[in-house]
Amino acid sequence: MTNTNSSNVVLDINNLIVGLGRKADAHRIIDDLSLQVCEGETLCLVGESGSGKSVTSLTTMGLLQKGTLVPSGGSVKLVGEELLTATDRRLRQLRATRMAMIFQEPMTALNPVVPVGRQIDEVLRAHTDLDSRARRQKILAMMEHVRLPDVERIFSSYPHRLSGGQRQRIMIAMALVLEPKLLIADEPTTALDVTTQKQILTLIRDLQRDHGTAVLFITHDMGVVAEIADRVAVMRHGRLVEAGPLQDVLRNPKMEYTRNLLSSVPSLVPRPPRPETKEPVVLEANELSKVYRERSLYGKAREVAAASNVTLTLRKGRTLGIVGESGSGKSTVARCIVRLIDPTSGGVRLAGREISDLSRRLLQPHRQKIQIIFQDPYRSLNPRVTVGESIAEGPINYGMPRKDALARARELLELVHLPPDAISRYPHQFSGGQRQRIAIARALALDPDVLVADEAVSALDVSVQAQVLNLLDEIQRRLGIALLFITHDLRVAAQICDDVAVMQRGRVVEQGPAAEVLTNPQQAYTRALLEAAPGRGWDFANFRPVSESALATA
Amino acid sequence: MAIETLPESTIPVTRPFRVKLGFLTSTPIIAVATICLALIILMAIFAPLLAPHDPLLLTPAQRLKPASAQYLLGTDAYGRDLLSRIIYGARISLVIGLGSAVFSIVVGLLIGLVAGFFRWVDAVMMRVMDGLMAIPAILLAIAVVSLSGASIWTVMVAITIPEIPRVARLVRSVVLTAREEPYVEAAISLGSSLPKIMWRHLMPNTIAPLIVQGTYVCASAILTEAILSFLGAGISPETPTWGNIMAEGRAFFQVKPSLIFWPGLLLSIAILSINLIGDAARDALDPRMKQREGK
Amino acid sequence: MLGYLIRRILAAVPVMGVVALFVFLLLRLTPGDPAAILAGDNATPEQLDRIRTSLGLNEPIYIQFYTWIAKLLHGDLGVSLISNKPILEMIGPRLEPSISVALATIVLSILVAVPLGVIAAWKHGTWIDRCVMGLSVLGFSVPVFVIGYVLIQVFAIDLRWVPVQGFKSISAGFGPFFERIILPTCTLSFIYVALIARMTRASMLDVLGEDFVRTARAKGIGETGVLLRHALRNAAVPVITVIGSGFALLISGVVVTESVFNLPGIGRLTVDAVLARDYPVIQAMILLTSGIYVAVNLLIDLAYTLLDPRIRY
Repeated sequence: MTNTNSSNVVLDINNLIVGLGRKADAHRIIDDLSLQVCEGETLCLVGESGSGKSVTSLTTMGLLQKGTLVPSGGSVKLVGEELLTATDRRLRQLRATRMAMIFQEPMTALNPVVPVGRQIDEVLRAHTDLDSRARRQKILAMMEHVRLPDVERIFSSYPHRLSGGQRQRIMIAMALVLEPKLLIADEPTTALDVTTQKQILTLIRDLQRDHGTAVLFITHDMGVVAEIADRVAVMRHGRLVEAGPLQDVLRNPKMEYTRNLLSSVPSLVPRPPRPETKEPVVLEANELSKVYRERSLYGKAREVAAASNVTLTLRKGRTLGIVGESGSGKSTVARCIVRLIDPTSGGVRLAGREISDLSRRLLQPHRQKIQIIFQDPYRSLNPRVTVGESIAEGPINYGMPRKDALARARELLELVHLPPDAISRYPHQFSGGQRQRIAIARALALDPDVLVADEAVSALDVSVQAQVLNLLDEIQRRLGIALLFITHDLRVAAQICDDVAVMQRGRVVEQGPAAEVLTNPQQAYTRALLEAAPGRGWDFANFRPVSESALATA
Repeated sequence: MAIETLPESTIPVTRPFRVKLGFLTSTPIIAVATICLALIILMAIFAPLLAPHDPLLLTPAQRLKPASAQYLLGTDAYGRDLLSRIIYGARISLVIGLGSAVFSIVVGLLIGLVAGFFRWVDAVMMRVMDGLMAIPAILLAIAVVSLSGASIWTVMVAITIPEIPRVARLVRSVVLTAREEPYVEAAISLGSSLPKIMWRHLMPNTIAPLIVQGTYVCASAILTEAILSFLGAGISPETPTWGNIMAEGRAFFQVKPSLIFWPGLLLSIAILSINLIGDAARDALDPRMKQREGK
Repeated sequence: MLGYLIRRILAAVPVMGVVALFVFLLLRLTPGDPAAILAGDNATPEQLDRIRTSLGLNEPIYIQFYTWIAKLLHGDLGVSLISNKPILEMIGPRLEPSISVALATIVLSILVAVPLGVIAAWKHGTWIDRCVMGLSVLGFSVPVFVIGYVLIQVFAIDLRWVPVQGFKSISAGFGPFFERIILPTCTLSFIYVALIARMTRASMLDVLGEDFVRTARAKGIGETGVLLRHALRNAAVPVITVIGSGFALLISGVVVTESVFNLPGIGRLTVDAVLARDYPVIQAMILLTSGIYVAVNLLIDLAYTLLDPRIRY
C-alpha cells in the first residue's frame, strides 16, 4: 500500500535541525529529523504538544518567524529542490504552486474583511496569467470540487458568514487550486466537531486520490491517524521516535514511547458497567432551561435557548457524562447546575435541597457541596496566588482556621499525587496536567458531594489525559464522590461514565447507561456521532482492530 | 506511565508579577530618562539651596538682561533671575504631576471597580465618563480654574477631572476581562465573598496597568499645567512655574527667546523622561497592554 | 444600516446630556455666589444684578436648567456678558481659521503617520522602528506651544519663509492663506502624528501575528500585498478609533496653537472669554467642541461598518 520508491519522493527532509535563535549551541526545537513523503501518500506526523511537528511544517513552507527559529542544519527538498537555501522570491513562487498548507483554526486563518472568493483569487493572481473570468470560473469549479453548496453565494461571502467546516473547505480549495505536489495539513480538523471532521477527512482523502498529492498530515489524534494515514511518523521533543506503515506502527510499535502513546488512547468500547447502586441521589436537574435574550433597542428581542428541559439524575459515587458537539448546551447545563449562571426555569436539587431559586446569599452554605473543574488549566488558577492559598481558599471561606486549611491543602496535594512542597509555589511553575491536579485538589478541599468536570481533560495531551482520568477514578472510589462529566470526546465518556446523556441543540436526545447508549444507540444523532468518531475501528490500547478484539474476547 | 515529575525543586519560589524596578535601566535611553527625572526631582527638593537668587525678587533695573556671571540665564521682564525661577518651577510641576496621578488613580480605580462589577452602576457611570471624555481636557480645565480661582489645588482638581474617565475605563476593562477568567468563577463556586474576590482576584490585575497609566497621567498633568499657565488660566502669574515663565516670555519672544526656550526645554525633558519610563514600565509589567496603547 | 445609524445617534444623546449638565452645574456648584464669581472682586451691586438676571440665577435651579436647555435646543446659545452680543454671532466669523487648521492637521497627520506606523511595524525591532517610536514619544512630550515657537523661530524669523503670525481668509487668495496656516498645521500635527503612528504600529503588530497573515504568506503573495491588503485593512479599526478619540486632543491643541500664532479662531475666543470670565461664552464653547467631538466619533462609528463586515448593523 505504500511506495517509498525514491523516484517519486515529493518531500525529503534529511537530518533537519532547527534551533531557538542563531547561536550554535541554541536549544534545538527540531533535532536531526529525517522523513520522506511520496507522491499519492499521506504521512501522518504524530506527537504531543511541544514535539516540534508544527515547526517542521512551517520550516518546509519557509514560514518560520525570522530570527527566532532558525534552521541550522540538514536539508529540506521539495521534488529535488532545496528549500532551506532558496531565496524568499523563489519560496514565494513555490508556495501554492508546488506546496500548500492548511491550518488548524479555520476561524482565524481567513482574512475577516475580504470575501472568500477574492481570497482564493489572490492565489491565481499571484501565480497565473489568467484573466478575471477564467479565474472566477476556475475558483467556482474548485469550490464545487471541495463540495461547497451554493458556490456563487459563498464566493462573495465574508468568512464570518460561513461555518467552521465551510471555512476549512475554502482553505482546502485555496490550497489545492493550483494542484500543488505537496499539501501540508496542520491539525486541520482539531477545531471542528466530529461530524464535520469526518467530512473534511474524507474530502482530503478523496482529493489526494484524484490528484496524486503528497500529504503531510500533522495531528495529535490517533483516531485521525487511523482514518487517514498511509504511513506514520511519531515525534517527541523534536526527534523522530519511529516511522513506518500505519498497520506496523499501530500493531507492533517498536518504541516504548509509541506504545505508551497508543495505550493512553481511551477505547471507544465502554468499560464494563459497574453494578447499579442504591446509593442516595445527590444531584437532580428537573426540566432545566436557560434562554438567552438578545436585547435590541427597537424591534423584537431574539431568544436563544441554550438548554431546554434538561432532566438529569446523579447518585452518590456514580459518574454521569454529558456529551455533545460544540453549541449543544452541555456547558450551559453544567454552569446552571453550579449556579455560575442562573437557569431561566426548572429546578436543581442538591442533596435533596432545591437550590435553583436561592439568592446568592442563601446559596452560600450549599456551594461547598458542589464544585467545578474547568477546561483550561492555564486560566483556572490565579497566577498571583500560591497553590496552597488557592486550595485553602474554600475551607477558609467556610470558617476553617488558616493553619488547618493549609494542612488540609498539603494532604490534598498528596491525594492528587503532587509533592507537599508544591504548596508554596505559583501556578506558572507547573505543567498543564499538574495544574489540573491542583484544580482538582482545590475542588476537593470543600468535601463536595458532586464534582462537575467541564471538559476537564480536553486541553491535555493523551498521556496526561489518561493520568488525570485515572486520578478522577481513584478519587471517586476513595471518597464516593459523584461526578458530572462534560465532554465532547466519546472515547473519554466511554471510559469514565456510568451513564451518559447526549445533547444536541440544547436538548437531551438520548440518555441511559453508557454501555447501552454507546454500543446500541437508539437515536439517529447518537449513531451519527459514534460513526463519525475517528479511528473507531481500532482498539489502540491493545494494538489491534476492534473486530479482532471482539474475536479475542468472544 | 510515570506521573509527570515536578520541575527540579532547585527552582526558586518566585512571586510572579511583582513590580520590579529593573526596567528603569533596561536600555541606555531609559537609564538616561531615569537619571534626568531623578535630577529634576532633586532640583525641586533642594530648590532653596540651588537657586542663586530669590525667584520672586523684583529688580526693575535688571530687566531682560542677557546671561551673565550674576544671572546665569539672564533675567525676565521684571528683572527676576530666570535660573532661580526655573529651579523653583520644577516644584509646582512635579507636585501637580504626582498629585494628579495619585488622585485620578484613586478615584478612577474606585469607579472602575464598581462599574466593572455592578451592571446598573456601570450603565450610569460609563455614560457620565463618556460625557466627561467628550469635553476637551484643556477647555474643561480652564473652565474649572476660571470659576474657582487659581490655586495649586484647583489646578490639580481641574487637571485630574478629565483624566479620571481614562483610568476608570482602564480599570473597568481589566475587571471585565478578569471576571470572565475561570479562576474567578472557581472562587465564586468556592463560596468566596464579593469583596474577597475583588480584593484578591481582581484588584491585583489592575496594579500593573495602573502604574503605567499613572506615569502617563503624571506626564500629561505636567503638560496641562504648563498649558494652563501659558494661556493665563493657571496658577497666579508671580508664582514661578514653567508655564508662567513662558507665558510672560511670549510678549518678548522676538527680543529674548530664551525666556521660552529654557523652561520649554526642561518641561519637555521632564515629560519625555516620564513618558519613556512609562513605556518601559508597560513593556516590563504588562505586555498585554500594548494593545490598549491609544492612551 | 439605518437601524445601526439610529442606535448610534441615540447613544450620542445621553453623552451630550451629560456634557450639558456638567457645564450647567459647574457654575452653580462652584462654592460662592455665581454672580460674584463672574463679576470679579470689584463688582458693583448693579453689575451683579445684571449678571443674575441675564443668567436667570434668581430662579430655582431646576427651572434655570429647564429654561437653559429649552433655549439651547432652539439654537440659542445665550448672550455674552461682556459684549452683550449673541454668542452664535460671535462664533460664526471665528470658524474659518479653526476649521482650516484642524482639517489640514488631520489630513497631514494621517498621510504622515499611517505609513510611518506601517513601516515601523514591518521593520519591528530595527532602528527604523526605534526612530519612529522615539519621534512619537517626543511628539507626546514636547508641549504644543514650545513646538510652535521653535517653528516660528526657525521658519519665520531665521529663514523668513513665512509670516510670523496672523491669518488671511482663503477668499483673499490661496497663497497668503496657505502661508499663514502651514506653521500652525505643522505644530498641531506633531502630537497627532505621534498618536496615530503609535496606534498604527501597535495595531499592525497585532494583526501581523494573526493566522490569516500567515495564510496570506503561505499563498505566496508578495510582502506589499500582505502588508496593505491583509494587514492594514484589519489594523484600521483601532487606528480610526484613535483618530476619533484624539480629536479631543486636537481641539485642545487648536486652542493653544491659536494663541501662539495669533489666529482669530474659536480657540482664541475661548481663551479671551476665560480671561474675561465670560461664562456664557465658555459654556457655549464647551458645548460646541464636545458636540463636534461626539459628531466626529459618530462618523467614525459609521466608518467601522465599511471597514469591518463583522460589525452588525
